[in-house]
Amino acid sequence: MALDLSQNRYAEVPYEEKERLFNEVKRDMRFDEYLYGCYECGICVAACPSARFYDFSPRKIAQAVAREDVELFYIFLNDSIWDCSQCFSCDRCPRQNSPGGLITVMREVAVKNGLASAQQALEGYGRIVYKIMSTGTQVSPDMLQPSAFPDWGPHVKEISDNLDLWRKALPPETLHTTETGWQVSDKTIIELYLIWHHTGVMDMIKEVDEGLFMILADVMEERLEEEGYDVTFD
Amino acid sequence: MIPVETLVKPASERQFNVNPADAPTEDYHDIIFQLEKEGEWEVQRVPEPYIEVETKFGRKKKIPINTTWHHKSCGQCGHIPGYSTSIFWINRKLGLDYLDPTDQTSCTAWNYYASATSNVAAQAAVAMRNFAAAAETGYFPIIHCGTSFGHYKEVRQELIHSPELRRQVRDILAKLGKKLVMPEEIVHYSEWVHAMRHRIAELQVRDMSMVAATVHPACHYHKLVREDAIYDPEIYGAQRTAVITATLKAIGVEVRDYSTWYDCCGFGFRHILVSRDFSRSFATQRKIEVMKEEADPDVVVTHDTGCVTTLDQSQFAAKAHGRNVGVPVMSDSQMAALAMGAHPYKVLQLHWHNTDNKPLLEKIGIDVEKAWKEFEDEVEKIKRGEKQYLTWEDVDA
Ligand code: SF4
Ligand code: SF4
Repeated sequence: MALDLSQNRYAEVPYEEKERLFNEVKRDMRFDEYLYGCYECGICVAACPSARFYDFSPRKIAQAVAREDVELFYIFLNDSIWDCSQCFSCDRCPRQNSPGGLITVMREVAVKNGLASAQQALEGYGRIVYKIMSTGTQVSPDMLQPSAFPDWGPHVKEISDNLDLWRKALPPETLHTTETGWQVSDKTIIELYLIWHHTGVMDMIKEVDEGLFMILADVMEERLEEEGYDVTFD
Repeated sequence: MIPVETLVKPASERQFNVNPADAPTEDYHDIIFQLEKEGEWEVQRVPEPYIEVETKFGRKKKIPINTTWHHKSCGQCGHIPGYSTSIFWINRKLGLDYLDPTDQTSCTAWNYYASATSNVAAQAAVAMRNFAAAAETGYFPIIHCGTSFGHYKEVRQELIHSPELRRQVRDILAKLGKKLVMPEEIVHYSEWVHAMRHRIAELQVRDMSMVAATVHPACHYHKLVREDAIYDPEIYGAQRTAVITATLKAIGVEVRDYSTWYDCCGFGFRHILVSRDFSRSFATQRKIEVMKEEADPDVVVTHDTGCVTTLDQSQFAAKAHGRNVGVPVMSDSQMAALAMGAHPYKVLQLHWHNTDNKPLLEKIGIDVEKAWKEFEDEVEKIKRGEKQYLTWEDVDA
């Protein structure tokens, strides 16, 4: 789908709001290392996989942000950044920019501010976030379900039918798991939950997916309480 | 004026001289030790003996041989477990001591790159918790996942440059009863395989000389913090990373080039899960089909989780559309283990892979049906309750 760059697309959003979000991106500690300006040379575009597939251009994003074009920035913030595949091929930029890194920062700002576009981009992604945050491993064997990967063919069904047995037929002792990538010790999980607590990550989840936030908070609070920690994520 | 001979000189004759001063960042070694002197953190030294290699701009990097702490990859362990199993198996075959810890979380970079539901402090704390856990055991971390490797190098940069972030992470770790410890080197497992390639070749029992391979260098290995990736003048004149290619050459595999080697695999984090049309199209049209057309390899070899998954799994749908695909995909660890005589199913666990790998196995003299039956016999024993698990002893029986 062609990206609509017409200036009145988000006319109902006040300029001050767009500027506030722009400034939030600029204030990020990574910003100065990710954007030094832009030659508008397009080298990043030539290397970019998403540019081949979508109406997407790391050059346009870097250029808009370098020129402090708040209106264009806001369009990209909503309609473009989620197409990036975060491969960092664009790090070959001769200006030493990291357009991919700039996009990471923009995504975080979109999430933190609960933009509708971010919520939409992350639809269907909640189970992954849940898995990562609650178990400490982000990909698990039991995710291999034919319904989730129909285009991978019948071998996914073969794996899921044999999952328990095939996991036991793995020589490393830590891999006999089905719900986590490997066996993670209880103490480690508790430490991970405490990291989420101390770094405000749950506030970000709350902005994009209230339901997911509540489930995660319940699971983690209960587990932490069992270990003697009085922690609430609200 | 530029002499015309310079312009028409074939690439292979050109000389590129690396200079550490050209690196885009200052040498992290000096800074991490300086910060240790200032009491900011401890540095976990690479244990002796180590192998010294060169990185992109000619800096030296120490790769530990023994007493390694294996920071596993969730995608490898979860969906292609023969990948990590092969790494452990090679360690055992070489008689080395390693730790496969349960006190390890994944890097959680999916939350960082894919959904942006994390932040700098959380990511740094997760990384440094894992490093602290490694240091407590006295074993040195080796990172299995390319993304974790690249991301941890970014975290190192951020921590080096931000006293505030160091303070924040130090405080969080203190609450967990842990110290802030930075490893002297952040090492990817494929760098270890690379450094050990001649010892691997010494124990080689299968002839691989009739195998032709194409190499996909993983983006998060050689593009993220690119100055800290291994390069070697012997491999493509140090114009691309030497890992995988040097390993394959050491075990006698013919490496064939193709024009889209720099392209990514199409994994895309979010995309592989919720926009898979992108991953599928990119993996097959920009990578597999180009490889087939230009190099016709027996196997694609890569060194990261998402790359094996995307390049392998995407071929099923493309095949259904009659596209020119059908090349098995493996990691360098699996290829090295195969050369050393590893069982294709008990160790390489190739039944978790998708694209048909039988022609490749047959080419190197493996009786595929017999090997599969040997694996199934073991599974039957587990099913009947005669044994609980397949063990390391079973694997080499
Ligand atoms: S490669 Fe760098 S300088 Fe060139 S257009 Fe892209 S961001 Fe701008
Ligand atoms: S990180 Fe994003 S913008 Fe950069 S090359 Fe990859 S897909 Fe394109």
